[in-house]
This record gives sequence, structure tokens and C-alpha cells, in this order.
Amino acid sequence: MHVRRLELTDVRSYAHAAIDLEPGASVLIGQNGVGKTNLVEAMGYVATLASHRVSNDAPLVRMNAQTAVIRCAIVHEGRELLVELEIVPGKANRARLGRSPVRRARDVLGALRLVLFAPEDLSLVRGDPEQRRRFLDDLLVARQPRFAGVRADYDRVLKQRNALLRSAYLARKVAGQKRDLSTLEAWDQHLADFGAQLLQARLSLVEQLAPHLEDSYQRVSAGEGKAVMEYKATTTPGTILEVLAQVRDEEIARGTTLAGPHRDDLLLRLGELPVKGYASHGESWSYALAMRLASYTLLRSEGIEPVLVLDDVFAELDTGRRERLAELVRDAAQVLITCAVEADVPESLRGARYLVTPGEVRRD
Amino acid sequence: MYEGPIQDLIDEFGRLPGIGPKSAQRLAFHVLAADATDVKRLALALTRAKEEVRFCTSCFNVAEAELCRICRDPRRRDDALCVVEEPKDVVAIERTGEFRGRYHVLGGAINPLEGIGPDQLKVRELMSRLSSGSINELILATDPNTEGEATATYLALMVKPMGITVTRLASGLPVGGDLEYADEITLGRAFEGRRKL
Ligand SMILES: Nc1ncnc2c1ncn2[C@@H]1O[C@H](COP(=O)(O)OP(=O)(O)O)[C@@H](O)[C@H]1O
Ligand SMILES: [Mg+2]
Ligand SMILES: [Zn+2]
Repeated sequence: MHVRRLELTDVRSYAHAAIDLEPGASVLIGQNGVGKTNLVEAMGYVATLASHRVSNDAPLVRMNAQTAVIRCAIVHEGRELLVELEIVPGKANRARLGRSPVRRARDVLGALRLVLFAPEDLSLVRGDPEQRRRFLDDLLVARQPRFAGVRADYDRVLKQRNALLRSAYLARKVAGQKRDLSTLEAWDQHLADFGAQLLQARLSLVEQLAPHLEDSYQRVSAGEGKAVMEYKATTTPGTILEVLAQVRDEEIARGTTLAGPHRDDLLLRLGELPVKGYASHGESWSYALAMRLASYTLLRSEGIEPVLVLDDVFAELDTGRRERLAELVRDAAQVLITCAVEADVPESLRGARYLVTPGEVRRD
Repeated sequence: MYEGPIQDLIDEFGRLPGIGPKSAQRLAFHVLAADATDVKRLALALTRAKEEVRFCTSCFNVAEAELCRICRDPRRRDDALCVVEEPKDVVAIERTGEFRGRYHVLGGAINPLEGIGPDQLKVRELMSRLSSGSINELILATDPNTEGEATATYLALMVKPMGITVTRLASGLPVGGDLEYADEITLGRAFEGRRKL
């Protein structure tokens, strides 16, 4: 799969920009702050319907503009598909697929499979569990788009269940009343149903990803140590109802759902030590990169040939690691590399060159 | 901002569901430009609907009399009851011509985020209808979304001890559509939820 053309209107720093791309390696060159990440962020948005940098959409829309439009032409197995997204902050996005509108923007998921590594990914290993859960779920969706639906349903049930628990908590606190919780059992069943699907999928994903992580880390790491990932669950897929029953009193006392995939974490270790809190900056950065590379190799091993984006990666690596990374991604269907200094990118990856200047990008 | 009555009218239209500020303005100026008799007829329809439309005391569908047309109809079966969220769902199911039993309109779905629980819906009334003993099958036709599904599960749990058969509408791929046009999520989930024939 490759992106043949990306067109942006009022996205980030771009009033209007279009870039025609080719399969294989391409390098986007420009000083810091000219808008390289803005370009690849837009591509990532087409793939996941979220930015890798911000959790709300407002910053994606160019200053003083109302809506942002991303158009992306994707070539897959010889056929071209056009995805158009209109981002309207605070409202549902509008989307078109091959020029016809879709019911929900979510329906475009699966059209572009993309793995993006960016310096912000350091928060994968250093940030809170939410970031690691999202890492897993995004990868699930890239493999099987139906998980976007499962995840959305789980989140909605969770929100409703929390609202019910909170109202029970408030009723007890304010009026000393017992609030009607007769509907809790119904919410429990749905939470357990969607939760089990999500959890089962995450568990098998981690199992398949782990060997790729170990391998990728070895290629790009400076230091020693074996990269290990382990899913830390609050329940097993079959015991969600049971665990909920055990924590029910505490849930009512605290007014929130205390067990389920939304409370799980992905433990990341280097040898025996956790990465978070122990690893050096360099190790953490290599670890985050290895997680993305592992995702990439896993998708490829399943016959999905995703687009790979490496944002500002090479400047951080020494020559040996640059070459080893280049070797890993050389035969990618499409790899887009951003950098400030072209010399940092190994010769073997210097395909088409694009020069990025503020508000503009052009083929060299 | 306009002055006086026209702005009042725009504001009133704007309060209606699905009407944004631009549509509200268009509707208001449409009313201004219309014949006085047309406007009177509209105003009368609005006030009459509010004053004269009642809710059926048995099923809570909209009605012109104490009981709605369906509850009054002696040809309808008494042993099957179909639960829906809103009166418009009754109309939708009636259009299929598939169902000859009676209805029960809940008036919404369980939605804790909006403070709606069984007490805000016609659940107690449903239970008392079911306890009459003449109903063998309860069909749960609440919406196929998070709140509708939870409502169906809740009712199923409540009704289970009564020995009444409880059924739920099948959901999944829209019938009449081509498989290749179903989006990845819908088709993926339908595939996952496949059943044995
Ligand atoms: N919504 C926006 N409207 C206008 N400019 C923006 C917006 N968001 C970011 N920018 C500008 O984009 C630039 C950052 O671009 P970025 O792609 O991160 O740079 P780099 O080339 O270093 O990756 C900054 O100058 C920032 O001011
Ligand atoms: Mg950047
Ligand atoms: Zn009636």
C-alpha cells in the first residue's frame, strides 16, 4: 500500500498544500518548525482518525480557519482509493470514501494502514497506561477494523455504567438514600461482553508482538538488555463479571468502574527492569521506536503492507544503528522520512526528495 | 440579531431538534413570506397536536382516544407484545406488516448519563401488563445502540423469572445491501457474530 497524493486545506500551518508521493523511500527535508510533522500527522489522522500529538482536534485546524480538509489518495493492490476527511472541531467529522459520503467517519478506518514513529512516542514508554492501551488498540484496528466498533461500544457502556455508579454515589452522599441500581446488572453484562472481546484481542496481540519487539530493539538500541512486554490485566476475559462483583461495593463507594480493559496496562521491561522510571533517555527512545517497528513487522508478516513514517528518527541514532534501521525498512512498500539534515539519513533510503518550507512542500 | 417577534420565532425554531441557527432563520423567513392562512393552519396544527393528542393508557403510543387504534383493534393478537422506545418505532414496525400483536412504548431507553432509569420509563406499566398472564412472547425492539441494548438486557433479566419467551430483533448487515458496500467495521462484526445454519 502507498499514499500517492496528500492534499491539505487549512490543516495546521498549511493554507493549501499538495504533495505527490511515490512508492519506496522518500525524504522530507526542512528546518525545525517548517511543518514536516504537520504533514505526516495529517496522514496519521487518515489512518487512525486521531492525531499522534494532541487529543482534541482544534489545533489541527489552521489558525483562524473553521474546518480542515485532508484528502489522501491511497493505492492498494493496483487500485486507487480517495479518502476525504473534513475536521470540524467539536463536531463529528465528515468523511467521503471514493467520492461518496460515508455514514460515520469511522467507516474510513482500514483504508490506510500506516505505522508512524515520532519523537512524541517517547510517551509510549514514559507516559501513563492510557497511551499504551491506545497503542495496542490502534494496532488492533489496523489489523481488524471491527475493533474500532468494539472499542467504541466498550467506551460507551463504560461511560454509562460510570454515570450510574456516580449517581448512586451522589445519592448516598447527599441524601443518604439508596439509589436504584437494578439496571447495573445489565450494564455489567455488556461491559463484560465487549470487554472480553477487547481483552482477548489485546492478549493475543501482545503475544504476537513480543518477539518482534525483542528483535527490533536489538537492531536499534545502543545499550544492552532484552526488550520484554507483558500485558497486565485487571481481569481475564472470562472473569470480568466475577471481578466486578468482587469490587462492587468499592465501585459504589467511589462512583467509578474499577476493573476491565480500561484499567489494564502494558508492562515494558528491559531485562528485569521496568523501562518507565529506570531506563535512560536513549534506551527509552529506542524502546519506543522498537515498539513501532515491531508493529510494522507484525502487520507485514500478516500480509498487510503498511506505509511507514519515520519522523525525525535518524538524527537521534549513531551510524551503526542508522544502517541497521535502514536495512530493516529498505524494502518497505513506502517509507516517508522527515529530517532537518539530509546527511543523517543513510544513502540507501534517499529516494525522492521533498523540500518543506513554511506553508509549502515541493518535490526537489 | 433581528428585532422583536422575528428573533423570537428564530429562537423558537432553533430550539427544535436537528435545527441549527441557519435553518431556524430560513424557516422564520419562510413563515414571514407565507400566506396568513397557511401560517394560521400551521399554528393551529401545533396547538391542536399539543392539546388533543394523548397517550394510550395501555401501551403509551400516541392516541386520539383513551386507547390507541392498535389497542382498540380486536383482530390483534393478545399473546405477543413488542416493546419499543418511541411511537415512531411503532409506525416503522407496522409498515413491515410482520407483526400482529400489540405494543408497549417505553418512552425512551435507559440512559444514566441523562438521568434516565426504569422509573423515568414505562417499565412498571410493562411489568403489570405482563403479569396479566395472557402474554407468551415479549419482543424487545429497542434501538440497536448501547442504550437500547442495555434496556433490552435489563428487561430480559426482569422478565426471565416470569416464564415468558423473550426475543430480540436480529441486527447486523442491512438487508438489501451488497456485501461489498458494507463498511469494514459492520462487515467485520457481522462476520465475527456469524451463526450456524
Ligand atoms: N493550527 C495551526 N495553525 C497555524 N500554524 C500551526 C498550527 N499548528 C501548528 N502550527 C505551526 O506549525 C509549526 C510546527 O510544524 P511542525 O510540523 O511540527 O514542524 P517540523 O517541521 O519541525 O516537524 C509551528 O511553527 C506552528 O506554529
Ligand atoms: Mg517535527
Ligand atoms: Zn395502545
